[in-house]
Amino acid sequence: MLIKELTEVPGIAGREGQVRELIKEQLKGQDLALSGDAMGNFYARWEGGQTPLLMLASHMDEVGFMVMGYDNSGLIKFAPVGGIDLRVVPGKKVYLGDEKTPGVIGVKPIHMQKKAEQNRPFSRQDLLIDIGASSENEARKKVNIGDQITFSTTTEFISERVMKGKAFDDRAGCAAIIEILKSRPPVKLCGAFTVQEEVGLRGAGVAASNVGPALALVLEGTTASDVPESPPHRYSTTMGEGPALTIMDRSFLANQKLNQRVMELAEREGIKYQLRRTSIGGTDSGPIHLREEGIPTIGLSLPCRYIHSPASLLNMDDLQNMIDLVKTILQDIAEGGFPIGTTY
Amino acid sequence: MDLKSFIERISNSPGISGCEQEVAGEITMAWEQIADEVRRDNLGNVIALKKGKNSHKPPLMLAAHQDEIGFLVRDIDKDGFISLDPIGGIDPRLLPGQEIKIWGREETLGVVGARPPHLQKPQDREKAIPLEKIFVDCGLKKEELEKKIRIGDAVTFHQKMGWLNENIGYGKALDDRAGVAALHQVLLELKDRTTPLDVAVVATVQEEVGIRGAITSSFALNPDLGLAVDVAFASRPGLEKEMTLNSNGGPGLEIGPHMHPGVLEKLKEVAGEKEIPIQLIGVPHPGGTDTYVMQMNRCGMATGLLSIPLANMHSPVEVIDIRDVRRTGRLMASFCLQADVEFVEGLKCL
Repeated sequence: MLIKELTEVPGIAGREGQVRELIKEQLKGQDLALSGDAMGNFYARWEGGQTPLLMLASHMDEVGFMVMGYDNSGLIKFAPVGGIDLRVVPGKKVYLGDEKTPGVIGVKPIHMQKKAEQNRPFSRQDLLIDIGASSENEARKKVNIGDQITFSTTTEFISERVMKGKAFDDRAGCAAIIEILKSRPPVKLCGAFTVQEEVGLRGAGVAASNVGPALALVLEGTTASDVPESPPHRYSTTMGEGPALTIMDRSFLANQKLNQRVMELAEREGIKYQLRRTSIGGTDSGPIHLREEGIPTIGLSLPCRYIHSPASLLNMDDLQNMIDLVKTILQDIAEGGFPIGTTY
Repeated sequence: MDLKSFIERISNSPGISGCEQEVAGEITMAWEQIADEVRRDNLGNVIALKKGKNSHKPPLMLAAHQDEIGFLVRDIDKDGFISLDPIGGIDPRLLPGQEIKIWGREETLGVVGARPPHLQKPQDREKAIPLEKIFVDCGLKKEELEKKIRIGDAVTFHQKMGWLNENIGYGKALDDRAGVAALHQVLLELKDRTTPLDVAVVATVQEEVGIRGAITSSFALNPDLGLAVDVAFASRPGLEKEMTLNSNGGPGLEIGPHMHPGVLEKLKEVAGEKEIPIQLIGVPHPGGTDTYVMQMNRCGMATGLLSIPLANMHSPVEVIDIRDVRRTGRLMASFCLQADVEFVEGLKCL
């Protein structure tokens, strides 16, 4: 299953190579022009119609960690790469390096803690990775400084439609682009698989300049907060209610005319969608819409519960609805219905 | 069944205190192949007997507990989120982002959720999340969920035992399934040997909630001498050195009120003869293991306690070195081969 393969591969910001190879493998022999750039972004260009050039963008990188050093007993010191709440880290399994050396993140046993210690989270200094090495020398032979570390979660269904896994943000977006490209849509299109989103939206701007599209669609993962302790009026998105259309986030204010047409199309086709009801967080839409003289951009996000944790949840109906909605938009562009190229 | 396959099977198997049926079944199946008889008592203890030369005498008792820490389903809220009650001591800080399995009418997978970061103030990250605010998400609505599980169902970590290298394994429930595996090793070592006395090997239940299974199994067996094997803290940065054992350093011999001096001397002597490394550790207060109740059984018995070094105790990633498990089994088997009627009588401080 594509989403399983894509999410189980390690690829923190700056180390997206294995994800890129997997995507390349998927897109070979599909009449696409495949290319890359110096930063690591990967492009798949499709000539399917006489439309202006469109871009679909998703980022390949995930949140994870990096090997920083060794303890003299052979344990590994590490630091986060991207935004991770350290409270989801203790007691988890990880892979280190491109060779996926297994490790576990240990903690002080509860029996040896003072009561007050339990009121504060474990700090980075409390958390070390055990790779089964019994000395610093042995550890150095297995793992290098700077090696990437990712959670080693198995992606699987936990109920009929809901999958558990890591890195749905944003490999689910990558999977959507792959599906859409393979469906041979009637437009001129470039799929852009970007790098380094999680460390400051760094690859997407370069991708936008390389592609130079007339319109960009950014397919993302976003937080679903329909969970206890958060009141319904503060849900940003709800799992199972379809892809979420961005109105604004920290990096981007959406074009209202484009959003209006997206909503009309979704309603016409009966495709479930929702509005993203929070303004925090940045996405690749930010740098993309500010490139060149400004690139009209649409942001669509998949609701993920427990995003940036080792075990996040994704509803597969949401993914299918996102794919269907994007295909509908592309069809509409081919038919000239979409307000592309018009100004404010 | 070889030691590594056995420890993987029982580590993966569910068995929180009071719900040990499944793991007990695995243990029974394996021990029926290598012991003379295997039975279960009313509490669920698995008792395997290996006949010796003097079957009219009380047996030697070897014990390790088979139950693990975990949770019970406490409640299912209107949106299908599940709250938990702990069974045994668990640090709630290990829970966010963890995968769990509910052993209900159907096995149901879930993840432990946490409040989304964008709804938290930055200072919230400086606070640990208490168990009352922890919830499990199975991706199902309440009505769907209630077809599969109900309140009171057992919950364990969803963890498959794995290996960091050839010898070092991680998994859930290795406290004290590593000890049960050491007992398995004893039975393997004694398979074609005859001990002076009968040897009763017991996988006890309900240790984590107050050392209960060892009460009824000791009563039934009425031994004069018993050894228990449990786990002890493997040394790690930040832990007091004197309270820990080194991984791959061999079994710990826990010196204290529950370790009979004569048993200690014999264990040291046997370890020396067989060139098995041991680590001595002082334990000033008795308690926390099966020896606590074994020693006070009926009219009293001589006891000894061996420990296997284990890191990250009571977490889903408990770490052991299989060499320590094997050595612990070998040491106990050699001890059983030497512990004759005269030795046991000599422990009575007459």
